[in-house]
Amino acid sequence: MIEVLAFPFMQRALLAALLTGLMAPAVGTYIVQRRLSLLGDGLGHVAIAGVGLALITGQAPIPVAVVVCVAGAVLVETLREFGKASGDVGLAILFYGGLAAGVLMSGIAGSGAAALSGYLFGSLTTVTRSDLIMVGVLAVVVLVPAIGLAPQLFAVCTDEDFARVQGLQVRSYNIMIVALAAITVTLAMRTVGLLLVSALMVIPVAAASNLVRGFYAALGCAMVVGVLVSVGGAAGAYYADTAPGALIVVLAILVFVLTLPASALLRRRHQAALELPESVDDDNVVLPHVDTGVHPHQHGPGCGHPYVQHGDHTDFIHEGHRHAQHADHYDEH
Amino acid sequence: MSIGTAPERTDVISADNVTVQLGGLPVLRGIDLRVHRGEAVALMGGNGSGKSTLVRSLIRLLPYQRGEVRLFGTPLNSFRAWSRIGYVPQRSAPVLRGAKVKEVVASGRLARRKPFLPLGAGDRSAVSQALAVVDLADRATSEMTTLSGGQQQRVLIARALAGEPDLLVLDEPTAGVDLRSQQALADLLAERVAAGASVLVVLHEVGALQSLLDRAVVLHEGRVISDGPVVPSDESKRLARHEHDEQRPNRDQPWLGGAVER
Repeated sequence: MIEVLAFPFMQRALLAALLTGLMAPAVGTYIVQRRLSLLGDGLGHVAIAGVGLALITGQAPIPVAVVVCVAGAVLVETLREFGKASGDVGLAILFYGGLAAGVLMSGIAGSGAAALSGYLFGSLTTVTRSDLIMVGVLAVVVLVPAIGLAPQLFAVCTDEDFARVQGLQVRSYNIMIVALAAITVTLAMRTVGLLLVSALMVIPVAAASNLVRGFYAALGCAMVVGVLVSVGGAAGAYYADTAPGALIVVLAILVFVLTLPASALLRRRHQAALELPESVDDDNVVLPHVDTGVHPHQHGPGCGHPYVQHGDHTDFIHEGHRHAQHADHYDEH
Repeated sequence: MSIGTAPERTDVISADNVTVQLGGLPVLRGIDLRVHRGEAVALMGGNGSGKSTLVRSLIRLLPYQRGEVRLFGTPLNSFRAWSRIGYVPQRSAPVLRGAKVKEVVASGRLARRKPFLPLGAGDRSAVSQALAVVDLADRATSEMTTLSGGQQQRVLIARALAGEPDLLVLDEPTAGVDLRSQQALADLLAERVAAGASVLVVLHEVGALQSLLDRAVVLHEGRVISDGPVVPSDESKRLARHEHDEQRPNRDQPWLGGAVER
């Protein structure tokens, strides 16, 4: 690790990876809540058009790509809001149009499709000093609202109607979420790459939801996972001499798989207490009294039989029927 | 007072001649509705009568095409005091899978909070108070998905109460809820009304809420067909199914063929 830090380009790469690892899961939490998990992937395609435009005009790629991608994201959100029926096809045209335009412009610029591969899968050596400053500034722009406005964004993502009645500007918040996603996607193009950034937005969130309970805890946990896998992946890519994006995503999936047993454990501990509602609509109905007769087994907590809350008492599930304590015997319920 | 009735200052909700269209079809026509301060009013009617549409229009979740709606005397378009309204949507509506109960209830404080500032002491005590009112204080840190349907409904009510609203708007809070829980809801709402709050509740049947309600407004096919004291459920159904004395519309005309078919 010390050896890695000796190179200035690696210092820059690791810093950029750290910031990406913080941003992508923070924004990803809201994207997943809104069930737009694949939005990041589409925005990555749009960002390619931005890179192509930068190559053809000789500008720095990151600022141009950010502008193009944010514009695309706002267009996507507007399409979603107003043209629900045709939104799906509209998105496909926008996304693949972006990809095609990017490749085309890159070709005209004389760099060919190969020049794009560093943006598609990440490239450690190419993070320049000015890139890093840009990433740092925009990371603040993304993280401050993503964390500071978490209660508002959480309400908008989970229950839009209720958020509206709380007086929140739902449309502005929705546009903000996709704009933040667009900035994050574009900034991640040097570290994870545009084609794989969506994985860094979604997989740490999925892993976090296996590990912790509650919205804010999941947000924090996802960011920790994101930082671990992006810094680990970027450093590992140096030793493996490979594109960092692939290693970062493979690490993220590994973490997710490791969290699966934890999820099963948590789920068992927090399982919903089963409850059978007792019919109280009519007190005049008298249920038949069916006595189980002599019952050799004593039901109780930890007797091994599954049990269920039934109105004001507990029924023990016994070979497909339910036993309820009644004086010195059990009733069939 | 000039033509029409000027909204009284004590009106919490006043709707005059409101028409709502959905997808070009008129769903509500010429609706007049008043909820006075401290009143509990039920909005009733069969499926498709437009009661949910009306309640959503009154709190600006749906646009209306004609007429005027005022909340607390302020025209709906310039109404900003959203903290005065506590909204309980239909249970099926929200997706709150991963959230904890207290996180959901705390979102009921948003209308009173400034962006970027954390929950204050007042917010926290309002949240725990609201949870105590619905008898879920011990489930504050539980995940929503681990709660039964009836408990989730109570969380949504607590979320509305956490904002300490002056008007509670509930959309079918008794749907699929057993009589005992309905009674608990009635008691809870009665306490709010006694404290000066007003209630507008969408109901399919009066059920246990009968004693709470001052008035019932019954909708049928997008129009108000009665506004007055609460009538027991079966009688309101008879009202909604009244027969026309006059001749039925002529359906032999080809251009009327499908339009008046029920």
